[in-house]
Amino acid sequence: MSDRRDFFGKVLGAYAGLGALGALYAAKRTWDPLPSVKAAGFTTIDLSQAQENVLYTEMWRGKPIFVLKVPKQDKKAYEDKRLITVGGDKFFIAIGLCTHLGCIPAYYPDQHKFICACHGGQFDAAGEVLKAPPPSPLVIPPFTVKGKKVVLGEAGPEYKKLKEAGLVA
Amino acid sequence: MAHFDPNARPFSHQWLNDRLAVDTLKRVLSTEYWIPKNINFLWAMGMVLAATFGVLLISGIFLLMYYIPDTKQAFDSVNYTIMSEVGYGWLWRHMHGVAASVVFLIIYIHMFTGIYYGSYKRGRELIWLSGMLLFVSFSAEAFSGYMLPWGQMSYWAGMVITNLFSLGSLDFQGLVEWIRGDYVPGQAFLGRFFMLHVLLMPLIIMALIVLHFGTLRLPHVNNKDGEEIDFEAEAEKWKAGKRKEAKVIPFNPVFLSKDTFVLGVYFIFYFYLVFYHFEFAMDPVNFDPADPLKTPPHIYPEWYFLWSYEILRPFPKDPGLIAFGFAQVIFFLLPFLDRSPNVAPANRRGIFKFWFWILLVDMIVLTVMGKVPPIGIYTTIGTVAAWVFIILWVLLPFITKAEKPVRGHK
Repeated sequence: MSDRRDFFGKVLGAYAGLGALGALYAAKRTWDPLPSVKAAGFTTIDLSQAQENVLYTEMWRGKPIFVLKVPKQDKKAYEDKRLITVGGDKFFIAIGLCTHLGCIPAYYPDQHKFICACHGGQFDAAGEVLKAPPPSPLVIPPFTVKGKKVVLGEAGPEYKKLKEAGLVA
Repeated sequence: MAHFDPNARPFSHQWLNDRLAVDTLKRVLSTEYWIPKNINFLWAMGMVLAATFGVLLISGIFLLMYYIPDTKQAFDSVNYTIMSEVGYGWLWRHMHGVAASVVFLIIYIHMFTGIYYGSYKRGRELIWLSGMLLFVSFSAEAFSGYMLPWGQMSYWAGMVITNLFSLGSLDFQGLVEWIRGDYVPGQAFLGRFFMLHVLLMPLIIMALIVLHFGTLRLPHVNNKDGEEIDFEAEAEKWKAGKRKEAKVIPFNPVFLSKDTFVLGVYFIFYFYLVFYHFEFAMDPVNFDPADPLKTPPHIYPEWYFLWSYEILRPFPKDPGLIAFGFAQVIFFLLPFLDRSPNVAPANRRGIFKFWFWILLVDMIVLTVMGKVPPIGIYTTIGTVAAWVFIILWVLLPFITKAEKPVRGHK
């Protein structure tokens, strides 16, 4: 008798467990980003009119993108390997969110650096960390250079080279 | 088979008793649930919390009728429709905002009362654990509610807190995007936090309140001396009419009448805040609509999260996260880290007395430092206070292990 009960208990457990797994999977998928959100993932930026040492903020996948034509007098930043050459000029392009906890650092043109107001982190004009808590440089998004334009969201040869060198973040 | 009196008139006392056992329910749940006499007003905080939750629920129901969980309309539905169009909408909003803030003040008083009197030991471990689960649920409820007006502070607090789930160098961006339903907080994010705030979290909180009351039933509430009371014997004395001699009183009506008095005083304080000082619960930054391209110059959480935020702040990213995680779970472990069998007020427990007061002062210092900008001397004080917090908890087992028995406790 008890064997029979045990057996039915196990059958019920397996049956209900399967249902629970299915429901959990559906719940997980319901919380995933929608296809429309994922598809709207490309941004083209025209750099032909950019002025030196002026920060432009664009938007890509809802995130702010910093575009800075790095001033030549800031030698350290100007020689940084993370800069992207477009039409003979060197640009710093990165996701404008502090790598600590995602606040937007502000650019101080006279000091050539970014300062995050949330927890006091600092970056130079090439996005390298000058002062903790941010653990890593500002992140360079996947990009490809097309003439004087840059398309974000598509990994071109220049991006792949940076990534292989471990310089994108 | 129960006996149903065919002559009982519908809805008469006996008719209800036969069907619902109302007398038994009343006896078990209130008139013969025993509370020690040797307590003070701090023992009323549980009922104050229950009443404040009631206020939050009722004011929330009225807000829910006009609030629109849409990133384009949420801000105006709160700041224009509810605040200036809906009759007495401002009242519900201020009641809701102030109660959400004050409820944490009372929770902290309630927690520190428990720590001071050792009300988490000798059969009361589950009271403490279910209470901590309530604290975490209230935190989630407060955070999700803070997202809803979709102001600058809502948006950026949402950004920062969801980023914590990337777990530092583990870089779980996928998890963060899954929680948000987008690369950044957006419509999907607002929708799911709206659901959490108005349905799932309140359901969980209500279930936990029932559990919290349930865990209280057998060990009963503690008393001012940590005395182990034979509740059955003392209850017999009360029932036999020896009310002066008995060490206990019934929950209803004796204890409840005292509770109600404290509630009366509390509500004067609460409505004073609602009518004259609601601004402390209304951050001015959150009166700017959410702007994904502009971080406010200084992001800080509401005052009740400041102490744990300050523990995160002075350290580099990974150690900061570990310290923050430590601060979130360590209070759960209190019944097991306190190795002393003494159930007594902290002031009678030797070194533990200092441990208690240093912890209390340290958490106040952390709270203040979390509010000021992270510069100069504030960073130093914050770092020291964060270390003091961690060291206190590491020391606790050793301090309490070495503690001498108090008043004949073994």
